[in-house]
Amino acid sequence: MGLEQKLGNLGVVTMTLEQAVNWGRTNAMWPMLFGLACCAMEMISTQAPAYDVSRFGMELMRASPRQSDLMIVAGRVSRKMAPVLRRLYDQMPDPKWVLAMGDCASCGGIFNNYAIVQGVDEVVPVDVYVAGCPPRPEALIHGVMTLHAKVRKEKISQWK
Amino acid sequence: MTHIAKTVAALRKKFPDAVQEVIEFRGETTVVVDAASLVAVCLFLRDDADLNYNYLADLAGIDYYPDEPRFAVSYIVYAMTVNARFRLKVFISGDEPEVPTVTGVWPTANWYEREVYDMFGITFTGHPDLRRLLMPADWVGHPHRKDYPLGYEEVQFSFNWREVDARKPYAKE
Repeated sequence: MGLEQKLGNLGVVTMTLEQAVNWGRTNAMWPMLFGLACCAMEMISTQAPAYDVSRFGMELMRASPRQSDLMIVAGRVSRKMAPVLRRLYDQMPDPKWVLAMGDCASCGGIFNNYAIVQGVDEVVPVDVYVAGCPPRPEALIHGVMTLHAKVRKEKISQWK
Repeated sequence: MTHIAKTVAALRKKFPDAVQEVIEFRGETTVVVDAASLVAVCLFLRDDADLNYNYLADLAGIDYYPDEPRFAVSYIVYAMTVNARFRLKVFISGDEPEVPTVTGVWPTANWYEREVYDMFGITFTGHPDLRRLLMPADWVGHPHRKDYPLGYEEVQFSFNWREVDARKPYAKE
């Protein structure tokens, strides 16, 4: 005789703690408002009703790093901006992820010169790179989905 | 007689030694003046009741490397009342150029001169706050000089992927 027969249908789902927490993390990511250049326009339209990224649990862009767990670096990062970016990253509470949006944030893009950081992975650890100049909102959403898939596969030992 | 022709005549009369050259090109007038008497010329342009150049529209540095004199600073002055503008230019030789500041004449020159100092390394003597404007404070060198390296990073293709990747300074955590 199983538990369900004795107590009625409780709607119980069994899963591991890992799965439950990772599910919770993916579906309530709070991105930080971090528009640095033209990619920010695409990030804004990703939020707007036409693409509506709140379908994936990202209703709000937070202006404070202390309230966010996903940093979308949208645009080129100058060498002068890099310490600021790192500082904002350090202020974000764990768990935190970084998404490098667009070519400039991923590798410097067309700005192969002294003033631009050649990829934000020199400053902060990047989880997902989104290619494009700038990437369309579909591409950004695909990047977010890729990040969700990555987070769902995280093990307890990798948690922070 | 246009306002600019009047200005050039007045400058020639008032500063016969300082005005080195007057260049006319496609309707634009450039007056090359001596760096030593720059501030006096600017004060005259601003304060003379007939000329009345009350606005410094732009200030730019130029690097003519490898020519000599190597550097130039160009001032675009504007008289709002008569809608007239022309260019003042100062040539400076050497790798450590110095020009007297015109912040005392037009306060807007403050940030212009900081930018020119940042990008070209031209020192404006007497400037109240000559710091870098665009580059980080601890930056070495002046990027708009023609002998400044561009900081070019090798482009990563499939054939040199590992090689470039090994050199890349990734963030540790």
